[in-house]
Amino acid sequence: MLKYVIQRVVLMLITLFIITGMCFILIRMLPPATVSPEDPHAEIVELRREALGYNKPLLVQFGIFLKSVFTKWDWGVSDKLYVGRDVFKMLYQKMPATVLVNLYSILISIPIGIILGIIAALKKNTWIDHTISTLTMVVISVPSFVYAFVIQYLFSYKLGWFPFLMKAGTDYFTWEMFVSMVPAIMSLSFGVIAGFTRTTRAELTEVLTSEFMLLARTKGLTKAQATVRHAFRNCMVVVLPSIFGSFIGVMSGSLIIEKIFSIPGVGQLYINSINAPDYPMFIMNTFFYTSIGLAASIVVDLSYGFIDPRIRMGSKK
Amino acid sequence: MCVIMDNNVYEHIPAEQFEFQQLNAELHDQKLETKSRGYFADAMIRFKKNKSSVVAAWIILFLVMFSIISPLVSGISVRHMDTVYKSHPPFIKAVADKFSDKNWCFWDGGYTHESQSESQLLVWNAIGEETGLNPVNRVLGETIQKEKYRGQWRDVKYYTIENNKYYERGVVYRTVSYEEFQRIQDFQNETGVQVIYPYVEAKDINDIKDNPNIWYQVKDAKGTPAVDAEGNLIPAYSTNPSLLQYKEYDDNGELVTVEVPYNSLRIENDPGNYMYGYVRSGSVTIRVCYFTYYQYVNEGRLPNYVFGTNSLGQDLFTAIGVGARFSLIFAVVVSAINLCIGAVYGAIQGYYGGAIDLFLDRVSDILSGVPFIVVATLFKLHLAAKVGIVPSFIFAFILTGWIGMAALTRKQFYRFKGQEFVLAARTLGASDWRLMFKHVFPNSLGTIVTSCALVIPGVINSETNLTYLGIINLQEVFGTSIGVLLSQGQTSMTSAPHAMLFPAIFIALLLISFNLFGNGLRDAFNPSMRGVED
Repeated sequence: MLKYVIQRVVLMLITLFIITGMCFILIRMLPPATVSPEDPHAEIVELRREALGYNKPLLVQFGIFLKSVFTKWDWGVSDKLYVGRDVFKMLYQKMPATVLVNLYSILISIPIGIILGIIAALKKNTWIDHTISTLTMVVISVPSFVYAFVIQYLFSYKLGWFPFLMKAGTDYFTWEMFVSMVPAIMSLSFGVIAGFTRTTRAELTEVLTSEFMLLARTKGLTKAQATVRHAFRNCMVVVLPSIFGSFIGVMSGSLIIEKIFSIPGVGQLYINSINAPDYPMFIMNTFFYTSIGLAASIVVDLSYGFIDPRIRMGSKK
Repeated sequence: MCVIMDNNVYEHIPAEQFEFQQLNAELHDQKLETKSRGYFADAMIRFKKNKSSVVAAWIILFLVMFSIISPLVSGISVRHMDTVYKSHPPFIKAVADKFSDKNWCFWDGGYTHESQSESQLLVWNAIGEETGLNPVNRVLGETIQKEKYRGQWRDVKYYTIENNKYYERGVVYRTVSYEEFQRIQDFQNETGVQVIYPYVEAKDINDIKDNPNIWYQVKDAKGTPAVDAEGNLIPAYSTNPSLLQYKEYDDNGELVTVEVPYNSLRIENDPGNYMYGYVRSGSVTIRVCYFTYYQYVNEGRLPNYVFGTNSLGQDLFTAIGVGARFSLIFAVVVSAINLCIGAVYGAIQGYYGGAIDLFLDRVSDILSGVPFIVVATLFKLHLAAKVGIVPSFIFAFILTGWIGMAALTRKQFYRFKGQEFVLAARTLGASDWRLMFKHVFPNSLGTIVTSCALVIPGVINSETNLTYLGIINLQEVFGTSIGVLLSQGQTSMTSAPHAMLFPAIFIALLLISFNLFGNGLRDAFNPSMRGVED
């Protein structure tokens, strides 16, 4: 198992390295942001670019970049958005808003999603199941900004319960801040709830019809006992890894929701860095998103092995 | 001689006793009583049984027709952006004329104003009295409030009214050249529609210069209307003939007065001496009713905005059609290209297996690790200037889009490549290529095609997301797209919710139906997969 884990992690790191390299080179191929000669910092910017090897071959530039990352943890400084500020620090500062909103959202929605999925599976082919399945299908199909719009219009405008946008400031744990986050949390939750409902329902219906359930009933277990002891545990083999995946995904957040509710998070930073354009920030963000994505997928894969011995055995061949 | 007495003795039957059972009879299999059907016909029957998918298919057809037809029938180009009718609600004049007093009327350009005072109501009605297009659709309710007025309490009535936002604008000032002035007059003569209304001089209305809608005598500088004994408004139109005159030097160097002619429609109560413009430094300032002026500008077309307008003044009916047309064509093109690339890639992976499979798997792993948004941005930054925004957008979708399809094809190939019919074909000397695409691929076609139906909504969704975020800007190329419409609707959400509502409904309906349709197709082609969601 350890060997398998190490193998996967090394592969992931190689993938991450290649992707970062490709993106870095592609971004450095673009002309860097212009600095007007009147700018008092023009000279410093020029010197810094010289040091980063802007006039050297791209692979040398990448080498310099890697060296400064590994030796000084220096990811470069922002070009346009926050001129002269360290991009890693900026990203770091933007994290709490994103993490908080997404964390609230998944903490609320994962239990709801799983419970709905269980209800739908247990009441399969009744009106309850049909309603839940239809709603799930609708929510999954519709893009998130559509229900973000509905939520904003209903709760913020018509009813006036919540503010339109997230409150500015860094007092993340006040009640006021939480209230201003509620519309965003709701909009994010719909998708997560629907996703978990669907996975749980599909998995549980499959488990419930399998033969070991019949065996359990034949042994004399009641339906409730069989469901709780055998079906749920088997259904969790699939559901649990995606819970882990969601917890990792918390950090990347949703670009759209952050734009609509003006959450000062990573997603907004990313969009701003594209529109500015601020290339050092963009490289930082690209690396961040890529690593989060890869980390989530590797955690999901590995947790399958940890949870279910059968999958672990399969990986050894 | 032995005579055969016993019929049960068969050993010595003479030849002549044999007779032919069916010498001339023709042998046939029994004809099948039912019609035979193939795989696709069978799938079709299964699909038709799935009611929701059939409904979804019809909805998709309807939406596709809508996107083709709406830009044609509306007669309004998506690039036409009206400067005044921005964020206006749905309106069709023929419907509004008939049913504007009904609460259910949808196309009356209705916009609700709350707590309107009596005198404000008078102002709205005054606009209607002048232009003949009454902005007040209906009074929805009234409240009585106690207010202190000059030391005494008194009851003041406030109304909630629904106005026609198109008529509400009433009259606006326009400064036009002499030729333009003449053209508007020609338009009036031709159609009999009053565009220009008599000029009101600021000195007659308490020096109010910024409100073109005042045509009556006023009591104060706020523009409160003054009424006569019967409660009617008293016109304040100018009769000063010097308004439409200017002085210039003629050929002899003498200062002469030139009259700017107005020989066109006059309003009903005109005694014949009202002045229809004010000449100032080479141009004429006129009061035009915006509703009819719109007709003049747009060659007689009425502002019939079926879905209203957005914050840019675009017709939503046309814009949604144009945006959807792009989305649909784009999604189909991208899916088709991805299908081809993915099929070939997956076929090679699945057929050869081993080291090739491992290597290609690594390549697709790396590509799928790049976040899609990064791909889209990089392609836009690098290629948009060289090959245009749309091709770069397509490339971005193709770069990672085929991976899912390749994985699917690979799986199918692993399933079929070891089967006997492939072995038989190989024994007969078929080439690898022939085995792949003539023998194995057709067997996996069902699965691949059905998953394509589920890929299309995914492409539409990401395309809408990207244009919504403004990362890809298609406005210059196509005028608009659904994502752009949605993000514009967001800005005017409180004042004009319809601008967000219609594109949102459209995209939601489209994606839901595509997903339902795709699920139905999958169930029909792979009955064993029924109910499995992935």
